[in-house]
Amino acid sequence: MTHKAETMDPQGPPHVHHMDATTAYGAAKLGMWLFLATEILLFGGLFCAFALFRWTYLEEFHQASKHLNVWMGATNTVVLLISSYFAALAVDAAQHGNNKKIVTYLSITMLCAVGFLVIKYFEYSSKYHHGLSPLNVEFNSPEFNAAYKCFFGLYYCMTALHGLHVIFGMAILGWVISKARKNRFSERYYTPVEVGALYWHLVDLIWIYLFPLLYLVG
Amino acid sequence: MSTAASTAPEVKKNYLNDHTGIWSWIYTLDHKRIGIMYLVSLFTFFFIAGLIALTMRYELMHAGASGLLTPKQYNVAFTLHGAMMVFLFIVPGIPATLGNFLLPLMIGAKDVAFPRMNLLSYYIYIVGAIMALVALLNPIDTGWTFYTPYSIQTGQGVVLMTAAAFVLGFSSILTGLNFIVTIHKLRAPGMHWMRLPLFVWATYATAGIQVLATPVVGINLLLLIMERTMGIGIFDPKLGGDPVLFQHLFWFYSHPVVYIMILPAFGIIGEIIPVFSRKPIFGYKAVVIASFSLALLGFFVWAHHMFVSGISDFSAATFSIITFGVAIPTAVKVFNWVSTMYRGSIRLDTPMLYAISFIFIFMVAGTTGIYLATLGVDVFYHDTYFVVAHFHYTMQGGAVIGLIAGLHFWFPKMSGKMYNEHIAKIGFVLVFIGFNLTFIPQFVLGMHGMPRRYFDYPPEFESLHFVSTIGAFMNGLGYAMAIFNLALTGLFGKVKAPRNPYDSLSLEWQTDSPPIHDNFETTPIITEWTYGYGTPVRDGTHH
Repeated sequence: MTHKAETMDPQGPPHVHHMDATTAYGAAKLGMWLFLATEILLFGGLFCAFALFRWTYLEEFHQASKHLNVWMGATNTVVLLISSYFAALAVDAAQHGNNKKIVTYLSITMLCAVGFLVIKYFEYSSKYHHGLSPLNVEFNSPEFNAAYKCFFGLYYCMTALHGLHVIFGMAILGWVISKARKNRFSERYYTPVEVGALYWHLVDLIWIYLFPLLYLVG
Repeated sequence: MSTAASTAPEVKKNYLNDHTGIWSWIYTLDHKRIGIMYLVSLFTFFFIAGLIALTMRYELMHAGASGLLTPKQYNVAFTLHGAMMVFLFIVPGIPATLGNFLLPLMIGAKDVAFPRMNLLSYYIYIVGAIMALVALLNPIDTGWTFYTPYSIQTGQGVVLMTAAAFVLGFSSILTGLNFIVTIHKLRAPGMHWMRLPLFVWATYATAGIQVLATPVVGINLLLLIMERTMGIGIFDPKLGGDPVLFQHLFWFYSHPVVYIMILPAFGIIGEIIPVFSRKPIFGYKAVVIASFSLALLGFFVWAHHMFVSGISDFSAATFSIITFGVAIPTAVKVFNWVSTMYRGSIRLDTPMLYAISFIFIFMVAGTTGIYLATLGVDVFYHDTYFVVAHFHYTMQGGAVIGLIAGLHFWFPKMSGKMYNEHIAKIGFVLVFIGFNLTFIPQFVLGMHGMPRRYFDYPPEFESLHFVSTIGAFMNGLGYAMAIFNLALTGLFGKVKAPRNPYDSLSLEWQTDSPPIHDNFETTPIITEWTYGYGTPVRDGTHH
């Protein structure tokens, strides 16, 4: 009977045969937190490498860092913080079962994400025009300063991997929006909104560390 | 009731026959079927990588070239043997196979927490395996460790092979994540933490390492790929990079990963010994704590692989001391197993034979590990056959024999049949004698200075190499007998297994053999500890 009631409820939790709805909600959240831990360790390797080479090439890293555009980086930081704020609002809306607001808030988050990527594109292309990317011929010549190469190598690895996470996060949020447009969520079921927002906050958080490391501390 | 059903004896539904056809396997979300699929895939690669090992041993049987392999092909052979055994067989190893099959059964759940993710992790494994096989078209000779700067200079296969290892890492992470959530959220009513079977505890500790260590090697391999394709100068000293950084990040994963391989094997031994000794496990809590101490310590010993890589004396001494610390929880486990057997009524069935041989072999493995943790001694033994023998005592004598023990033990549950005990015992004798015959001479060779990964050697090493090769073939024959015995009786055997052939008290034995799709007819309610052997339990009878 409960089984029937659950499948009849278009806004209730999806029926799974091996656990009840409360367990499924807790399992999804725990699963996402564990996944976030793996993400931190993934970037952890890069942070280690950065720490090592900043210590090895202290002065050169300082000089190389000046080639980055602090204002663009700062703008992107603000853009991502705003995006995270609206992701948090979307979770609040979901807990009150307001699908319309979920769509609005997450759409703003998505717009911010697009803005972030556009700004990143302009940063990358300006580096390319200054001959500071691995795609430039001079970057790969033996005369190119080894420490600069190391700095920009790490810069591209860290920001590109972060950029991939932004794109992946947009895919998740896009999927959540499409569900919210179908009025899928309610006070009884909003797991994807919460889990998707958790992931998005991590994407934001990693940038919060990348920005000072690459743009300011260098 | 149809007439057909009334004339023929009714076939009971179980996870193997409730859906039929190849698509029912390809799309399955059933943890038991996914475990079986992993088992078949893993043993395919075990077979291939084992044949490569025998080829190498044949080459080394006599001094001088045998004509079978060129020196270049020999380098490719030891790389493939190592990379396939590690990344395709022993890392997914016990968790993906027996872990998948048993974990929900042991805690009284219907499935793992995320069945779709479980199937996804299997297909990610298959994608990684296919990438590794394609990489064979352009074989690599770096050894399974992909050390820089050589891996930056040598053949193009490195990029695909490391990409394959990266993809396989995802599969491992998803399995570990799934298991942690399953153990936290899906325990049946009454299955308190301190009632969990030791195999579940071991799988839990293992899953923690899978989740926390794997991403680090992932980023390391990614950086290696970027270094090769973009020349970003992280690892190549010619470009200003640091090759030792690669080793640090590599071993930050690859030391804990040996605990991914061995901890579940410890768990299996902890399940087998109480059942065949008819005694409660001795020091249950100590064994649980030891598992987690090993998982934790495993994260802080990685640089003992790098004592001769130019790390500072201070960090070498620190890592040496922490490595000695690993001996404590390991010894706790060994003492607890032996104490469990003490004055028990021991039955020497095949799983128990493997379990006892595991204790012996692992003691040798652990003791020789102490030698290698000692700084001065390690400088001499580094990159010799002593290390090769130590490693195989832990990984083959430990993880593989643990897996084989577990496969025999849970075979009746998985297949619903009984295997041929005589052939299994002959297989065991061949494995045990063959294994020791292979690697005891290698300890001696290492002490005399025989370096690892060499195609040829001076004539005075010949007799020991000869014995080692004879042992290797015997070992291979033993595994073949053991595995074909299980595979053939599983497929064609006539002897049906009862629910609980060993009178085990553990939950997985209290359901049908093989289990139904949902594991239990009704959700079980657990009222007592798993290991209450020899005490009046349940209906008042002694077990």
